Amino acid sequence: MSLPVPVFEARNLQVIRGGSLILNVPALTIADGEMLSIIGPNGAGKSTLLQTLAALIKPSCGEVLFRGQKIGAEIPMLAYRRKLAMILQEPLLFDTTVFNNVASGLKLRGLKRHEYEPIVVKCLDRFGIAHLGDRSARSLSGGEARRTSIARAFATEPEVLLLDEPFSALDPIIREALLEDLEQVLRETRITTIFVTHDRQEALRLSSRLGVMMAGEILQEGSPQEIMKRPVNEFVATLVGIETIVAAEVVRRKPDTFVASVAGHEIEAVGGSDAGEQVLLCIRSENIALSSPDTEVPPHPKNFFCGRIKKITPLWLHQRVQLDCGFPVVAYVTNQSLTAFPLAEGMEVAVSFNPTDVCVIPNGSIVKTGNQ
Amino acid sequence: MDLILDGITKAFWLLVSFDPEVLGITLLSLKISGSATLISLFLGISAGALVALTRFPGRRFVVGLINTGMALPPVVVGLFVTIFLWRNGPLGFLGILYTPEAMILAQAIIATPIVTGISLAALQQLPAKLRLQILALGATRAQMVWILVKEAKLPLLAAVMAGFGGVISEVGASIMVGGNIKGYSRVLTTATVMETGKGEFDVAISLSILLLLLAYSINVVLTQIQQRERPR
Amino acid sequence: MRTISCKLRIGSVITAIMVLLGASALQAQEKTIILATTTSTQDSGLLDVLVPAFEKKTGYFVKTISVGSGQAMAMGQKGEADVLLVHSPAAEKQFMADGLGVERRLVMHNDFIILGPAEDPAKIKGMKSAPEAFKKIAAAGSLFLSRGDNSGTHAKEKAVWKDAGVAYEGEKWYQQTGLGMGQTLNVANEKKGYVLADRGTYLALAKNLKLDLLVQGDAVLLNIYHVIEVNPSKWPKVNSKGAKAFADFMVSKETQDTIKTFGVDKFGSPLFFPDAGKKVEDLGK
Repeated sequence: MSLPVPVFEARNLQVIRGGSLILNVPALTIADGEMLSIIGPNGAGKSTLLQTLAALIKPSCGEVLFRGQKIGAEIPMLAYRRKLAMILQEPLLFDTTVFNNVASGLKLRGLKRHEYEPIVVKCLDRFGIAHLGDRSARSLSGGEARRTSIARAFATEPEVLLLDEPFSALDPIIREALLEDLEQVLRETRITTIFVTHDRQEALRLSSRLGVMMAGEILQEGSPQEIMKRPVNEFVATLVGIETIVAAEVVRRKPDTFVASVAGHEIEAVGGSDAGEQVLLCIRSENIALSSPDTEVPPHPKNFFCGRIKKITPLWLHQRVQLDCGFPVVAYVTNQSLTAFPLAEGMEVAVSFNPTDVCVIPNGSIVKTGNQ
Repeated sequence: MDLILDGITKAFWLLVSFDPEVLGITLLSLKISGSATLISLFLGISAGALVALTRFPGRRFVVGLINTGMALPPVVVGLFVTIFLWRNGPLGFLGILYTPEAMILAQAIIATPIVTGISLAALQQLPAKLRLQILALGATRAQMVWILVKEAKLPLLAAVMAGFGGVISEVGASIMVGGNIKGYSRVLTTATVMETGKGEFDVAISLSILLLLLAYSINVVLTQIQQRERPR
Repeated sequence: MRTISCKLRIGSVITAIMVLLGASALQAQEKTIILATTTSTQDSGLLDVLVPAFEKKTGYFVKTISVGSGQAMAMGQKGEADVLLVHSPAAEKQFMADGLGVERRLVMHNDFIILGPAEDPAKIKGMKSAPEAFKKIAAAGSLFLSRGDNSGTHAKEKAVWKDAGVAYEGEKWYQQTGLGMGQTLNVANEKKGYVLADRGTYLALAKNLKLDLLVQGDAVLLNIYHVIEVNPSKWPKVNSKGAKAFADFMVSKETQDTIKTFGVDKFGSPLFFPDAGKKVEDLGK
């Protein structure tokens, strides 16, 4: 039984601008109905990747196949572009009514008024902007403009949806509402989607597959949980929100675990690293427990040591506690825990975490791509 | 002061009585400058779009040339066009020196860089990603350029008005290539210079007023199109 | 894919327009005459009467290009004009001597006059000799306005200065406008200076000027007009048939009669005196 043809297949994709390689993706495959989120810092090449997949940028070398056909060679550019829809960071609406904006993709394809009118009406309705049909696009609020641009993209019934940081400029409430709507539409229509963002919450929420990009390359690809638990290197670890990364040297091996030493403390972690190896240990902040130094029952007996609180930053749902244990540690404490165990800057506390929550990166590991 | 009042009175009577010579001169001004502006509109917006939207080596140099072209002295254009159109000149075979056609040619040469330069700026200042968005919606290159032109309607119409203003007011080149021939290539500007030279100041003033009225009425129409009320 | 096809369409439309325009102009070539004449002749209004009459009679289309004598003759030299109506005898003689014209015929004359402010600081009013008057102007250092544009008037003025044997170039009281006769008169009027002008332009503008007519009648002040047909042997594109027709017309009895009476009803005296067939030496007597 042969595998279904992937919607996208990129091979040896490279884009060179001004002498430097700004995109370097040896291989990337996206299956039908799949939703891939790509996160990365500014300048990572996320937009470039998206635009290259959309055939808006010509790659310096390599090719993209759409359903097995080479774009440009086997499938004409225009026909290909008309199968996809792209939503960019700014709504980029045209200076006309909301109705005409949503109809613009259809008008470009040569549909007559009586043909596109029902489609547009349905779209306006679906995205909750039916009451704005006659309004000028220039007079819309941020959220309304965004909805209009989304409606415009969906009006053409694309096979592929490409989104480039579509919600970054919106306030949280509007963003939330739009995310909900988008989620629902995508679930209903099962359109193949590539979603680029620098907000990892959005990425985690929308997709089952995550790609982490940096300096033009895809560092790691996989399910969000996988990447969070096993980041392939320090950059990825930081990008997925790991805030405690400690460089240590392995001192001894145990059957399933090993012990590494740093700043006079010993940390046990699950893994097979040998004595003498340099490793990076990553611990997610929510997995670090804080307790009183002379508590009788430490939360995690195996990794338990003292530290001093340097700074407490209140975040919305929890507090971010920065500690110094000889090496920097960041822990998150819920507001509830704080009522039971109040903390203050300068306090001496005990830090503990489970060896299974420690993720190991062999130190100096090179950026790997596509570990599928 | 009396002179100006005399001029205004004379202008009024010339208009009201439909003095045939003056009517002829006015219509000719409109025909010549109107045609030149139309030509410059097509050439200018196309050229402006081409330079604004494509990358090619030496682009910056070309943009510099276009911007310099906006400052091209009309009288210099007139001199060179005359030299080319002389019977024994390179384009003498066309035989169009001292004709309204030559005036349209000279005025088109004057107006086109103006329209090109402003169109260039108008299209360049559209959001950079707008082009991508339009292409992503499935537009052909031609459709994309058309949409960009519509989005830049405001400054593009200003470009047309600048081009028209430049040529309806032009006199040096018009005299040189047109010859100011009575009833044939005499327009409002060249007639004004001639009447001033003859000392007929009240006639000159009345022609000037007609010229201003003509320019104003055209620009009122163009402004209407430019500023047309958008939907609320 | 680019807008190349779109531009091709536009480009071809424009080419078509230009070709059509050019074509319509081409057709009229043989019936078109380019007449180079001077601004003062044009401004007098005489040609506005004569040219339409000629056109009606012969069916030719005359393009009257009025520039300074210098430029008119330069146009004849380059074959850019078919026939010249100018009044710069010395330059014209040189023109004929150089073989640039096939026929030169006397048409008419008017005269130059010396105008000046009513106060007449150089005291030249009523003098009979133009060079003497100029001498007095130079001696008094009174403001004198010259056209300075190589026109027939300018050439005449320079000849008178030469006769007077006076240095005037670069003197503070000698100012050159580089403008036509009417405009130069206006400048002289404003600045209350002396000026040499042709009677025709003076009569036409007299109502606006506060200058007085101070010196007239000297034979040297005669302003003589000839019509010259440009020699087609050097420049084959010259319309020699049309040129001859126009020259013939200018010396014809009918035209000469028209010239005799031109301006009488408006100014009380004629602006020009018809001379076809006469000898130059006999003029002014």
